[in-house]
Amino acid sequence: MKRAVFKNRGLPYLLVLPQIAVTLVFFFWPAFESLRLSVFRTSPFGDKTLFVGLENFAKLLSSPDYYRSIVNTFVFAFGVTALGVGAGLFVAALATQRIRGLAVYRTALLWPYGIAPPIAGIIFLFIFHPSYGVLPYWLAFVTSYEFNWLLKGPLAMTLVIIATAWTHIGYNIAFFLAGLLAIPTSVLEAASVDGAGPIRRFRSIVFPLLSPITFYLLVVNLIFSFFGSFGVIHAVTQGGPGNATEIMVFKVYKDGFVGLNLGSSAAQSVLLMIVVIVLTALQFRFVERRVTYT
Amino acid sequence: MTRWPGIVLVLSGVILFGAPAPSLAKTEIHFWHAMGGQLGETVNELVKQFNQSQPEYEVKALNKGTYPEVLTAAIAAYRQKNPPHIVQVFDVGTQTMLLSGAIYPIFQLMKEQEIPINWGDLIKPVTGYYSRDGNLYSMPFNSSSPILYYNRDAFKKAGLADKPPATWKEVGEVSKKVVAAGAAKCGFTTSWPSWTMLENTFPWHDQPFATNANGYTGLDTKLLINGEFGVKHIGQLAAWQKEGIYSYGGRMGQPDPKFINGDCAMLIQSSAVIGNFKRTLKFEWGTGQLPHWGAPYKRQNTVVGGATLWVMRGQKASDYKGVAQVMKFIAEPHQQTWWHVTTGYLPITQTAIKNLEASLHFKKNPEQWTALSQLQAKPTANSLGHRLGNFVQIREAIEGEMEHIFAGKKTAKQGLDDAVAKGNEILKEFAAANTQ
Repeated sequence: MKRAVFKNRGLPYLLVLPQIAVTLVFFFWPAFESLRLSVFRTSPFGDKTLFVGLENFAKLLSSPDYYRSIVNTFVFAFGVTALGVGAGLFVAALATQRIRGLAVYRTALLWPYGIAPPIAGIIFLFIFHPSYGVLPYWLAFVTSYEFNWLLKGPLAMTLVIIATAWTHIGYNIAFFLAGLLAIPTSVLEAASVDGAGPIRRFRSIVFPLLSPITFYLLVVNLIFSFFGSFGVIHAVTQGGPGNATEIMVFKVYKDGFVGLNLGSSAAQSVLLMIVVIVLTALQFRFVERRVTYT
Repeated sequence: MTRWPGIVLVLSGVILFGAPAPSLAKTEIHFWHAMGGQLGETVNELVKQFNQSQPEYEVKALNKGTYPEVLTAAIAAYRQKNPPHIVQVFDVGTQTMLLSGAIYPIFQLMKEQEIPINWGDLIKPVTGYYSRDGNLYSMPFNSSSPILYYNRDAFKKAGLADKPPATWKEVGEVSKKVVAAGAAKCGFTTSWPSWTMLENTFPWHDQPFATNANGYTGLDTKLLINGEFGVKHIGQLAAWQKEGIYSYGGRMGQPDPKFINGDCAMLIQSSAVIGNFKRTLKFEWGTGQLPHWGAPYKRQNTVVGGATLWVMRGQKASDYKGVAQVMKFIAEPHQQTWWHVTTGYLPITQTAIKNLEASLHFKKNPEQWTALSQLQAKPTANSLGHRLGNFVQIREAIEGEMEHIFAGKKTAKQGLDDAVAKGNEILKEFAAANTQ
C-alpha cells in the first residue's frame, strides 16, 4: 500500500475530523441512545424512567404481532428487491436498444426516483384506492372482482411492494444502464460470431459482467426496503388492514411516535439493526462468492 | 466592491434599531395546533383577532401536522425544555397529558391569574371528558360527535321517505332497499371505525367501554368491548359487510369519498365535516342521530371527540398571564359562536347555544343541532367519556381487529376478544410506566 506522507502529523487527523464528527453525532450517538432507551421503561414525557433490563426485548419476542411484522418485513423486502432489481434490469436492457429519442427516454426512466416516497404513495392512492381510485372504478365495469385492499391483506401487501419498487426503480435502472454500456461491444460481437444467441450472450457474458452491480443493488435495495420504505407504507396502508403490511420499521414508528412507548420502540430498532447487519453479512458471505469483479 | 458600504449601512441599521419590529415590546405566546387547510385559516383568523384585541401579547400559531405529530412534537420540545405555551391535543391524548406532570391545569391557571370564568357554562359532556375531580384541566376547543349523514337524492330514487333511519334495524332495511333499487352501491360506511362504532356506540347505549368507569377511577383498567353488546353490534356490521350493505372503507376519514361520490347512501362520521360537506357535496343531504339499537338498551348520550388546548409548564412565569388572557378570549361567547358557525365544531357553552337558538341558527341549520341533540342527557358513568392511557395505540389495535372481522377472517367474538387482550396489554404497560 502506498503511504501518503504528510509533513504535519496533525493534518491528516484534522482532515478526517469532520467526517468522524458527522459519523459520531449523526450515527453513533443516536444508535447509542436507542440502545440505552431499549433497556428502560419511560413515560411519554420522560419524567419517569425505570431500568427494566431486557424486559422490552422479552415482551417483543413473546408477541405474535412482532413475529408477524418480521415475516411481513421479509416478504416485503424480498418482494421489493426482486421486483425492483428484476424490472430495473429488464428496462435498462430495453434502454440500450437503438431507438429514436433515446436520451429523452432514458431521462424519463429516472424520474420515479426523483419523487419522494410519500408523494409516490399518494399517487398510488389516487390510482388504486377502493373509494376514489381510478383503477377500481374501471375494474368495476369489466369484472365483479372487488379490488378492496382495505380488507384484503395480501392485496395490500402486493400494492405497497409495487409502489415501493416503483419509487426505487430509477436508481436500479441508472446503475444497470451504466453497467450495460460499459460492457465492450467487441466481446459481444465475438460471441455472436461464435454463434451465441441473445439469451446465451446475456447469460454467459452480460450477466457475469454485471454481477458486481447486481450484487450492490441487491444489498442496497434490501436495506432500502428495510429502512427507507416508511414513506410509502405510511401514505398508503398505515400498516393495515389488520397488520398485514406492518413492517418492522413502521412498527418502530407507530409504537414510538404514535403510541409513545419509547422503550419498546427503541428495542425494536435495535432488533431491526441486528437483522439488517446479519442479513448484509450473509449476503457478503454467500452471494458475493458468485460475483466476478474484473 | 462599491456596493459594500450600502449593505453595511443597512446591516448596522438592523443591528442598532432592531429592524422592522413593531412587536418589540410584545410577549410571544407559542401555540401549536393540528388544524390544516380551511380549519387552519380559521385558527389564524381567531389568533389575529386576539392579537389585535390587546397590545401586550402576540400569539404565534403554528400548524405542526396531524394530532399525533403535534403531541409528539410538544413532548420532544418539553423534554428539550422549550415547550410551546399552548398545545392542541386530541381527545385520546387526554390521559397521557393528565398524568404527564408537564401541564398547567387550566382551572388552576385561571385561578392563579385571577380571571373569573364561569366553568358551569360549559356543557356537561365536554367538561366531563376533560375534568379530574370536578376541575377542568384543559380548555375545550374543537369538539364534535359522530352523526349519520344520508343522501336524500338516493333515498328519493329508492322511493324511501325523506328521513334518516333512527335505529340499526332501520339502517339495515333502508340500506337493502337503496341497494336493491340501484340508488347506491352500498347502504352505509363508517369513518373513524373505532370512534364511531365502539367508543361512541357504547355510551350511546349506556354500555361500559372499560372497567373503572371507563378508566376514570383507576389505572388498572380493562376493556369491556367483547361483551354481548359489542359482539352483537360488530357481528351485525360484519354480516352486513358480507351482504354488501355495509362497506368498510378504512380508518380515519378515508371512507368519506364513498359517501361523497354517491357510492354509499349513508355515512357515519364526525359532525365536524358538516362545514366541508356544505361546500362540496353535489347532492341533497341530511343528518340524523347516531343509529340506536332501541330497547332494551337505554338511549344515553354520545361522547365528544376533537381536541382541547393544554397549557404546558416550563415557560417564563410572566408569560402565563398572557396565556390566561388567550384562554379567556377563546371562552367568550362571541368567539365560541363564531368558531361554531365557521367550522361546524360544536358550540360548547350554554350561553353560546342560547344565543344561537335566539338567532334561529338551528332552525335554519338543523344539521348543526344533530350532534348537540345527542349530548343532552345527563352523562352516566358509562357515558362521561374514556380515560385510557396510550389510547391511540389501543384504537389501532381495535381497528386492526375490526378489519380482521370485516374481512371474515375472525368472528366478531374472536376479533373483539383479541382486541381486548391487546388493549389490556397496552393498558398494563401504561399503568406500569406511570406508577413507578
